[in-house]
Amino acid sequence: MRQYSKLEQRLLNEFQHGLPLSPEPFADIARQLGVYQNTVLETLERLQTEGVISRVGAVFQPNRVGASTLVAMAVPEAELQRVAEIVSNFAEVNHNYEREHRYNLWFVVVAGNDARLREVLAQIEERCGYALLDLPLQDEFFIDLGFDLKWT
Amino acid sequence: MKVANAPGLRPELEDALIAAIGEGLPLVRRPYAEIAHRLGCSEAEVIDGIRNIIADGRLKRFGVIVRHRQLGYRANGMVVWDIPDERVRELGHCIGQYAFVTLCYQRPRRLPDWRYNLFTMIHGQDRNAVVEQVDLIVKQCGLQDIDHDILFSRRCFKQRGASYQARLPATTQHALHE
Repeated sequence: MRQYSKLEQRLLNEFQHGLPLSPEPFADIARQLGVYQNTVLETLERLQTEGVISRVGAVFQPNRVGASTLVAMAVPEAELQRVAEIVSNFAEVNHNYEREHRYNLWFVVVAGNDARLREVLAQIEERCGYALLDLPLQDEFFIDLGFDLKWT
Repeated sequence: MKVANAPGLRPELEDALIAAIGEGLPLVRRPYAEIAHRLGCSEAEVIDGIRNIIADGRLKRFGVIVRHRQLGYRANGMVVWDIPDERVRELGHCIGQYAFVTLCYQRPRRLPDWRYNLFTMIHGQDRNAVVEQVDLIVKQCGLQDIDHDILFSRRCFKQRGASYQARLPATTQHALHE
């Protein structure tokens, strides 16, 4: 991991939510940080190119935009890579991770509506040949203020 | 006093706006004007449209979306808890208040295969950091009698939707569950 400048650290940590809704939001951020707007834009551009930030944009409330669920599958170790690729190839799948558990493949499926979501889950189950656990969100207990990065 | 909402955008336009801000703002001086140009509406409509989406609770967060792995948070633990149903709200709120907890969701049990009903995500610089944070939660929220498990992530096969079709679900899917 490379070292991040003070400016980068502040951009990464202090602007994870509440992006200004003024015509020039990056100028507002620049004023807060005491730098030029171009510096803010160039720094964000670089962080995005490096993959440190995925974007400057919105995270939506699950199930308020489209229909989604968390899915778990128990796949024999030798089969995992192959099955994971089948799963990842669905455009509706994101965040597909291997985790340490008998249920070792975890992914999120998002579709435009519930009927389509059901359809995709059935297709995934059929193509992978393993039963899936469908674990939709029921309730949520936190206020998402982003993540406080600790700089050491 | 109830404040009347500004008249909403046409549904197609709002869907396109949701897709656009889910995908990320262009990094230019007037990003809302550029989105407006793309969608064929005014900058003010884009800004008011985003205000509406925020006001009715569809938007969880709007800003810089960081990737934890790239920032040295290598350990990602999904901590799952088996909490008596009548205590989920109370304990969920306790667990969800910690800054290092990035998600705290109730999900259904699937007995007999799966008995955990509360899911929390904890990012740490290493496994120990995650385990220590879980210990802290157990102690402070009084969860000594509640079964839990930590599912550390290994390989990441896919982090966000690879497809950027004009259709709403595909363009916004990566903007969920982060």
